[in-house]
Amino acid sequence: MKARILIRPKEGILDAQGKAVERALPALGFEGVGRVHIGRLVELEIENADQLESLCEKLLANPLIEDYEIEQIGES
Amino acid sequence: MGVTWGVLQFPGSCDERDALNACSLAGDAQLVWHDDRDLGGIDAVVVPGGFSYGDYLRAGAIAQFSPAMGAVAEFAAAGGPVLGICNGFQVLCEAGLLPGALLANENLRFNCLQVDLIAGDSDSPFMRGIENGERLSIPAKHQTGRFFAPEETLDRLEANRQIAFRYAPGQNPNGSLRDIAGVTNETGNVLGLMPHPEHAVDIGAGGSADGLRLFAALGMVAA
Repeated sequence: MKARILIRPKEGILDAQGKAVERALPALGFEGVGRVHIGRLVELEIENADQLESLCEKLLANPLIEDYEIEQIGES
Repeated sequence: MGVTWGVLQFPGSCDERDALNACSLAGDAQLVWHDDRDLGGIDAVVVPGGFSYGDYLRAGAIAQFSPAMGAVAEFAAAGGPVLGICNGFQVLCEAGLLPGALLANENLRFNCLQVDLIAGDSDSPFMRGIENGERLSIPAKHQTGRFFAPEETLDRLEANRQIAFRYAPGQNPNGSLRDIAGVTNETGNVLGLMPHPEHAVDIGAGGSADGLRLFAALGMVAA
């Protein structure tokens, strides 16, 4: 199957990248933007979909600091 | 001479030569290529700094799966002393050999500066001869050095005396929680820290040789 995995910093963990972008926006004239969070998007094709969870836990995300969501985007 | 050190070398390592130099001042030392599953009868391991495998995905994330790291995990489980510096600290955290994780510096910059570390109360073999509360002057250079662990883990680390080093008050360069610069595993034989003791082994090059003490410690008899 084809899958899309969205990985982002856990709620409550300082997201330094998101903060930097948030602070840069007013300088560009974009007011009223807040709670910017930056994550990572991984797309892959996998033969054995049962392995997706453990693949995320072991490599794609660090469960201590990141949450992930798996979305199936098609049969390959 | 006593201690024979193995210094891992990943594609993207950049501090392995200085680590090799520091180790050879405190014993014999050899490089261990990342593809090597055989550590070759060494007494201690250094996982050095740099940008292993380009630090793709997350700093240290990919290196944990190298054959050499598989051997290091077994070595550590058998009680072998393992010192992770900077990227090596990140690798050991990613591999689950040390608690916590390293996040991007709070200021998002690559920081490069000399910092004072305060030694913790620790039974680690790398801390022999280093007293609780002693100050060591060591350079730090990194962009992903903000130590993070959940509050209950931080409490447990403190209770178990697993905090080997903290940044001196006012000198935390990265926003690390509780000013933590280095931690050990529960048994103390694995120690990771962000600052670079291997860059502080010669007073003529950098003004401090305090880093040498971590390497010399292994040669000392346990108290």
